[in-house]
Amino acid sequence: MTSPPVVRKAVARVVTLGPGFGFLTVFLLVPLALVLSYTVFRRGRFGGIVYQPTGENFTRLADPLYLDVVAGSVKIAALTTVLALLLGYPTAYMIARLPGRWRVIALVAVVLPFWTNFLIRTYAWIVLLNSQGPVNSALKALGLGPVELLYTDGAIVAGLLYAYLPLMILPLYSAIERLDPQLREASANLGARPARTFWSVTLPLSLPGVLTGCVFVFVPSLGNFVIPELLGGGRRIMVGNLIRDQFLKARDYPFGSVLALAVIAVLVLLLFAQAWASRRAGRDAS
Amino acid sequence: MNHMTGTTTTTSLISIDGVSRRFGDVTALDSVSLDIRQGEFFALLGPSGCGKTTLLRILAGFEEPDTGSVRLDGADLLAVPAHRRPVNLMFQSYALFPHMSVEKNVAYGLEREKLPREEIRKRVSEVLETVGLAAHARRRPHQLSGGQRQRVALARAIVKRPRLLLLDEPLSALDKKVRAEMQLELKRLQHEVGITFVVVTHDQEEAMSLADRIAVMQGGRVEQLDAPVALYDRPRTPFVADFIGANNLFPGTVTAKGLEAGGLGVLPAPADLAADFPVGARALLAVRPERVRLGAGELRGTVVDVSFYGGTSHVALSVPGHEGHVLVATQGPARVETGAEVQLGWNAADASLIPVSERGDRSV
Ligand SMILES: Nc1ncnc2c1ncn2[C@@H]1O[C@H](COP(=O)(O)OP(=O)(O)OP(=O)(O)O)[C@@H](O)[C@H]1O
Ligand SMILES: [Mg+2]
Repeated sequence: MTSPPVVRKAVARVVTLGPGFGFLTVFLLVPLALVLSYTVFRRGRFGGIVYQPTGENFTRLADPLYLDVVAGSVKIAALTTVLALLLGYPTAYMIARLPGRWRVIALVAVVLPFWTNFLIRTYAWIVLLNSQGPVNSALKALGLGPVELLYTDGAIVAGLLYAYLPLMILPLYSAIERLDPQLREASANLGARPARTFWSVTLPLSLPGVLTGCVFVFVPSLGNFVIPELLGGGRRIMVGNLIRDQFLKARDYPFGSVLALAVIAVLVLLLFAQAWASRRAGRDAS
Repeated sequence: MNHMTGTTTTTSLISIDGVSRRFGDVTALDSVSLDIRQGEFFALLGPSGCGKTTLLRILAGFEEPDTGSVRLDGADLLAVPAHRRPVNLMFQSYALFPHMSVEKNVAYGLEREKLPREEIRKRVSEVLETVGLAAHARRRPHQLSGGQRQRVALARAIVKRPRLLLLDEPLSALDKKVRAEMQLELKRLQHEVGITFVVVTHDQEEAMSLADRIAVMQGGRVEQLDAPVALYDRPRTPFVADFIGANNLFPGTVTAKGLEAGGLGVLPAPADLAADFPVGARALLAVRPERVRLGAGELRGTVVDVSFYGGTSHVALSVPGHEGHVLVATQGPARVETGAEVQLGWNAADASLIPVSERGDRSV
């Protein structure tokens, strides 16, 4: 009856890991493998794939037309990330220093927007920013407007910032909250003013959270295609739009796959950089 | 310096007056008043949770007292922000900066003083030499052993040479030999550099051998503040009598001839204290094990245990009418055996009488 421990261990592993791995294999790895395989074939005349190997999907990536799209997307995603960091750090810092009960309330407030539909929230921004919207009415009343707010890069950044700021605040909060308050005290005790303590102790030790937050905001900002379309009015094409268009409009699966692969490659590189930096910082902190 | 002139040693550097601090329903400090003199080595001794760390944190500026005042050189210290106080604290938990090397940790305080780079380098390497970590200067705290980390924390605190050094259990993680070296080093800093020390320790011997004065704390209050010898010879409260060293304690009532201790009869007690103890007052008689003589005296007991410790022997006796055992320490091997019936007693002058408060809190 009793099986040797090795067998039992293996059975336990299959039972616990099996369902999760099975799900990931079917719904992540298989599509990923498909996308990967598309990159080396030609497109069919009316969409679909012609199984003739070719490298031209990759060389097309170097076309200035697409490079511009990539550069513009990176610029917007980077700007969003920087603004999210500048807004998110003080917020996370304050939340981490609130007394326990208020902390929970503040954290709930941060994630609350996630409970309403993403599209509805984005439409709210259109209402807010359009030429007859409340912002422009206020500017008009002050004699400063109207200003074209909607359908600008600024509107895209505002929308992305609004959508992804919580993803910056949460990892920052968890990194700052974990810091031993005695380290700040030790710094003050050795004669450091509060600003010096922040630069020399708090900030370097919360760097893993900074990196995680930046990746969490940068990656979805780069890939988002709904916000550029709704708030950018389709004037600004981002990588996300391009990929979507290749698959759904141009029906050029191979080139769409190459673009998707490029985004995934950037993402993986970023995650590796983030993991490496966090490990360094984490090893120091232990 | 101060220890030579004699008179200036009584100048007080820090005056703590009526300081209380509560955390919720825990009273960490209960109206603590004491003076710390310029240049002295002051030890805080007491059981876990008695408020020692809280007192140091108030001096360093991380905790505010609910009531009371703290003055340094006569000026209000509580109004000074933590980073401007001429006070350095070595944390009980070390609080080393995990992202900095050992030398960066130690240099941190000197860099804040904007000292020339060359001087910082020199002082850091000197102090690392002193604590025996010169070879580990480039390591990070997580690459060090517990005892090494403790020495980094010590080095980081002493390298600033502040007016007042607060050390929270500075040597607890060190082995005997290194600990003795560090004790000598602290004494040297006290005498040569003139730093005033407040040191928390669990180690009574360490407090006795290093400190000029010791404050024994319990439950947030200072039970007794005295020089080591006075503390040992003349404990003033039942708690101190029991906490400091080994002691034999006999509760009873003061009579003209000594202490009437229930079933034990009248025990020899010092007569010169009669003024403080009117006949009929409740009191506790304390007599150290090394002051108890075997072979003669007022009491009779049975030897229940004999242990030989090389230089001394400890004998435990059961005396009818006394709860627990009477402990006796003798020089060399004991001349009694387990089971023997012996007489025991002490000189009246070798015992001390301790008032028992009416509240009856003989928290012994
Ligand atoms: N920040 C705090 N919040 C709540 N209670 C506290 C806080 N700091 C200290 N206390 C309580 O105050 C009392 C005194 O604590 P303190 O740290 O001063 O003790 P200690 O004498 O240093 O003890 P130990 O020898 O164990 O270090 C304890 O009962 C402790 O639980
Ligand atoms: Mg403590």
